[in-house]
Amino acid sequence: MDVNEVLLPGVGLRYEFTNADGQRIGIVARRTGEFELVDYPRSDPDEGRPLFRLTAEEADTVAEILGAPRIAERFADLTREVPGLSAGQISVPAESPFAGGTLGQSRARTRTGASIVAVVRGETVIASPAPSQIIEAGDVLVVIGTHEGIAAVREIFRG
Amino acid sequence: MHTSLALLLELGVILLVLSGLGALARRVGIPPIPLYLLAGLALGEGGLAPVPAAGQFVQAGATIGVVLLLLTLGLEFSTAEFAHSVRGHVPSAAVDLVVNAAPGAVAGWLLGLDGIGILALAGATWISSSGIVARLLSDLRRLGNRETPAVLSVLVMEDFAMAAYLPVLAVLTAGGEWWQAVLGVAVALSAVAAAFFASHRWGHHINRWLAHPDDEQLMLRVLGTTLVVAALAEFVDASAAVGAFLVGLTLTGAAAERARAVLAPLRDLFGAVFFLSIGLAVSVASLVPVLPAALALAVVGGVTKTYTGWVAAGRDGAGRRGKLRAGTALIARGEFSIVIIGLVGAGHAVLGPLVTAYVLLLATLGPLITRWAGSRSPAPSIA
Repeated sequence: MDVNEVLLPGVGLRYEFTNADGQRIGIVARRTGEFELVDYPRSDPDEGRPLFRLTAEEADTVAEILGAPRIAERFADLTREVPGLSAGQISVPAESPFAGGTLGQSRARTRTGASIVAVVRGETVIASPAPSQIIEAGDVLVVIGTHEGIAAVREIFRG
Repeated sequence: MHTSLALLLELGVILLVLSGLGALARRVGIPPIPLYLLAGLALGEGGLAPVPAAGQFVQAGATIGVVLLLLTLGLEFSTAEFAHSVRGHVPSAAVDLVVNAAPGAVAGWLLGLDGIGILALAGATWISSSGIVARLLSDLRRLGNRETPAVLSVLVMEDFAMAAYLPVLAVLTAGGEWWQAVLGVAVALSAVAAAFFASHRWGHHINRWLAHPDDEQLMLRVLGTTLVVAALAEFVDASAAVGAFLVGLTLTGAAAERARAVLAPLRDLFGAVFFLSIGLAVSVASLVPVLPAALALAVVGGVTKTYTGWVAAGRDGAGRRGKLRAGTALIARGEFSIVIIGLVGAGHAVLGPLVTAYVLLLATLGPLITRWAGSRSPAPSIA
């Protein structure tokens, strides 16, 4: 699939692609973390028709919904099969800026590309946590991503 | 405690009036800047209700307002985006400079202004309001359009050009000889270069120190540093605004993002105070004689900006309607034109009232025109 990236100086980025039905779709990713989706009518490909807007939190949730089944399916094999991808465990220190906050607030995946796929709290495991999941000091986060991505997530939670 | 009572009361009423005006502006679909200017005019000399006690606060607040406006502008600036804009749109920026500054310069010459006046008026007619235009594009849901990157590129390059233009104007206004102006420009340019070098080389150290995890610390550090640098810039006659812009440039990445968020409310408050102060410094009586000139300049400025946007969007392959949308979006002039006047002195007999009227017209009409230019689309067909 060809995704065209267009820089919007001062605003963010726009991704454009054509789906299997031949519809041209644009996704505006703003620096502030909000998203806007548009489609382009064939009559005038210059002017996007606004479809909907998503706040940063809503966008994270949509990403979880779209990405979740695939992660569950492939998690086991991924780290073995994809070169450069690995899994890591990060414990959340008491002085972490996000201890007591939600997972979504850290915007860890948006900032690092690495995904937090589970939260281990004592004996319980919260699999595929939602952005609204509260993070507590002492939690252990299971992260998959590149080495750099995992290290960056560790930095974020260390504060 | 009588003075402080009067100050609190006047300031409170002013802020409430500004809030009412801001809400009204949002409802009509225009930016609040022209209404803030009008409020200043109404409160000033020969206006409806003079505000003696709040005057001093407004004066001090206006200085901080300019600094914060430029600081947040610098924070939004990214080298990568600038480089990208330069690759695609240097010709657009050249067209922008020539066709938009020329009318101001010619008008200044016809009105018999001195060299500084001509330079200031040329700058005021040249520069679009990046704040108003960026907000407009988002409000009118045009971020998905083909012409939008071209419009934003022109704005980025205009903003950057201001970093060279403002010190030149500041030095000349300070009554410098030609060699002092050259020296001032050299100082300003080397400061820009140094800021870039510093942000490239030690950016992460500076960022780490400024970007304290605690929001309060972050705000105090960034604001304190900015005011000190602004004062130093003012000391070498290079304008406090430029100093603030440089601090904004040096901060990058996550630190800049957080600084923007914590400073936004302060910027909104002191920015509003700044626009108010410009209105205060201009007397209503002096506005009337310059109205014909302002109107003529506004008409010309509307046409030349539309041409600029037309050219820029054409380079990105936009169609006729896209070019028209791009051109009309750029018409709005705002904070920069006012900053330029603040630098020369809003009290200037002709310049202050002329540019105030000019911004009043274009900041109000620009958004309305581009809304109208974009709305004549055929009813959306069901795909």
